[in-house]
Amino acid sequence: MGLATFKGGIHPYEGKELSENKPVQELLPKGELVFPMSQHIGAPAKPLVKKGDRVLAGQIIGEAGGFISANVLCSVSGTVKAVEPRLVVNGQMATSVIVENDGLYETIPHFGEDRDYTKLSKEEIRNIVKEAGIVGLGGAGFPTHVKLTPKDESKIDYILVNGAECEPYLTSDYRMMLEEPEKIVGGLKVILSLFDNAKGVIGIENNKPEGIKKLQELVKDEPRIEVRELLTKYPQGGERSLIYAITGRSVNSSMLPADAGCIVDNIDTVIAIYNAVCKQTPLIRKIITVTGDAIADPRNFSVKLGTNYQELLEAAGGFKEQPEKIISGGPMMGMALFSIDVPVAKTSSALTCFTKDMVAAQEPTPCIRCGRCVAACPSHIVPPMMMKAALKNDCEGFEKVNGMECMECGSCTFVCPAKRPLTQAFKDMRKQVAANRRKKA
Amino acid sequence: MSKLLNVSSSPHVRDTVTTKSIMYDVLIAMLPAAAFGVFQFGIHALLVIVITMAACALSEYVYEYALKKPITIMDGSALVTGMILALNMPADIPLWIPVLGGIFAIIVVKQLYGGLGQNFMNPALAGRCFLLISFAGKMSSFTLDGWSGATPLAQLKSGQAVDVAAMFVGRIPGTIGEVSVIALLIGAAYMVVKKVISLRIPVAYILTTAIFVFIFGQQDLGFVVAHICGGGLIFGAFFMATDYVTSPITPNGQIVFGVLLGILTGLFRLFGGSAEGVSYAIIISNMLVPLIEKFTLPTAFGKEGKKS
Repeated sequence: MGLATFKGGIHPYEGKELSENKPVQELLPKGELVFPMSQHIGAPAKPLVKKGDRVLAGQIIGEAGGFISANVLCSVSGTVKAVEPRLVVNGQMATSVIVENDGLYETIPHFGEDRDYTKLSKEEIRNIVKEAGIVGLGGAGFPTHVKLTPKDESKIDYILVNGAECEPYLTSDYRMMLEEPEKIVGGLKVILSLFDNAKGVIGIENNKPEGIKKLQELVKDEPRIEVRELLTKYPQGGERSLIYAITGRSVNSSMLPADAGCIVDNIDTVIAIYNAVCKQTPLIRKIITVTGDAIADPRNFSVKLGTNYQELLEAAGGFKEQPEKIISGGPMMGMALFSIDVPVAKTSSALTCFTKDMVAAQEPTPCIRCGRCVAACPSHIVPPMMMKAALKNDCEGFEKVNGMECMECGSCTFVCPAKRPLTQAFKDMRKQVAANRRKKA
Repeated sequence: MSKLLNVSSSPHVRDTVTTKSIMYDVLIAMLPAAAFGVFQFGIHALLVIVITMAACALSEYVYEYALKKPITIMDGSALVTGMILALNMPADIPLWIPVLGGIFAIIVVKQLYGGLGQNFMNPALAGRCFLLISFAGKMSSFTLDGWSGATPLAQLKSGQAVDVAAMFVGRIPGTIGEVSVIALLIGAAYMVVKKVISLRIPVAYILTTAIFVFIFGQQDLGFVVAHICGGGLIFGAFFMATDYVTSPITPNGQIVFGVLLGILTGLFRLFGGSAEGVSYAIIISNMLVPLIEKFTLPTAFGKEGKKS
């Protein structure tokens, strides 16, 4: 039997050798910290502090603005300098709390103290996760407490820990598997305590044999937990691809993983749950890979949320060559930055700097209908047909050819020999269709 | 920072395969068949190949230059058309005939419909059919070693026996590129290994043809094998039916397309006036591609067995 995987997908250059052997290093911020109130899917948080307030590490400075929303916590101690719009990763200005770091790292009471999760009720655990401001740290930023509160918790039979890390160049999850594997297992046990009928599966791509070995060792006496080796293929770590690879169930765009009895959490999210529940440490740090051929000394860092990207760059030795493109995240799904004067947010995963921009180097040419995109699409849809509709701005036609099933993974655009900007057009169309649907509703 | 950064929507990396690299791979894949043709039919065959390719590239250049469009001859697609057209010619054809065919293929069939990716028929085959209709005599007189002879399929049609081994190697009269099955298969293997083509269309095509001639022709293995090896079926199945632009893009559609080709080819060969049917089968099926695609839209992931 082959390794667990899905149909479709691509094999881009992995680039992980740049940073995979560099242990995670703690980076303390020097300058001011910026905490955007919107670092998650859903309503932005409401600022709870004002200029001049003294704040502590672990203190809630932004309160969840609705059910699908998340708290924002301060990662250092210091004084609030301002509450004002600041530039964030996606290029927009977002209301942010700006904190002047006093360098004392004074924390809220009980911060970092051990806590026995078995003595907590399910309600208490969910509440701790909510208070701690935990969201999906794999990139989507969906509030975790919402994910952990499905309609019918008895129907959940799989808790999947996403350790695929299929995005090229990223090594932060891999480092955590090597350095804090007991926290991954610990976090998973906390989640399993919420779902009595579920079994836990940690899925890891087979390009991380050390990580697989480490975790297998740890779970060999855990009856409810299993480590599953996955074929290395992008986008193996896409939620739908992962669910299919491990459980054989398929989820479409109008379903939630919970509809297929699954809850999927990224490695770092599971660690955050462990830290919040068992160590009384809310989400105030993020593991970030600083990498790419323009970086002098590619590395992995443990960074306080709110730290400026510029400081990360300096800690990695700065540029050894002038970059042409800087990406927050990896090359397949990351966001290109026009300025690195932006803060590290919960959904940040990497700072990838390339000396050459492959996109600008190649002009798009006409589609020759080679079908490479069709073979690569993990959603089994037909990108050229979607593109035809997109070029005419035909939302109805786009939906007819299943355009809304696109997960925007970029596989079609990667393989396209004509270098056509497929994913880019699809993102735009999907936004329009979603907006139209909201208007109708 | 002294220099402005590039910004674009993800993904930020691209595969190394380009339209150009694919076209050149196809050209490389046709080299064994072309070389065998030149070796067997002599230097005039080489001249036909070179002149036809030049005619195609030049037609494209002149058209694009005259209409002030970007010049695209470097992408190699016109050269591929030229090569396929040339390999479909008898070796001792007067040179002006393939030149005319090349101009027709590029200007009328490809460029007038919008250029690369827009034509609804395989340009080289449409060019060949145009020539077959216009110059039937010259287009279907074949010689081998100075003797003019009937092609194996024509022999089969008139009830004669054929030498299957000679067909496999290519020691038979026919067009420059279609005769040697072994040379064609080497090229086809190259394309499959380089992932230029999938096997769906060729396998569906050849299998269907074999089954069709077995049922409606003779229930004889030699007869079926002769039909597979003869009449440009191998050349057509791997190099012409797989043309990206004029074949379905949906995986199931490709199988339907291959089956349709097989049925039409068998029909034309066994019941038609001419001994051959590959070219007409392909260009007729080309026109059904949009319809085939419409009915073979794949089921999106997660929508199996669910309504909408």
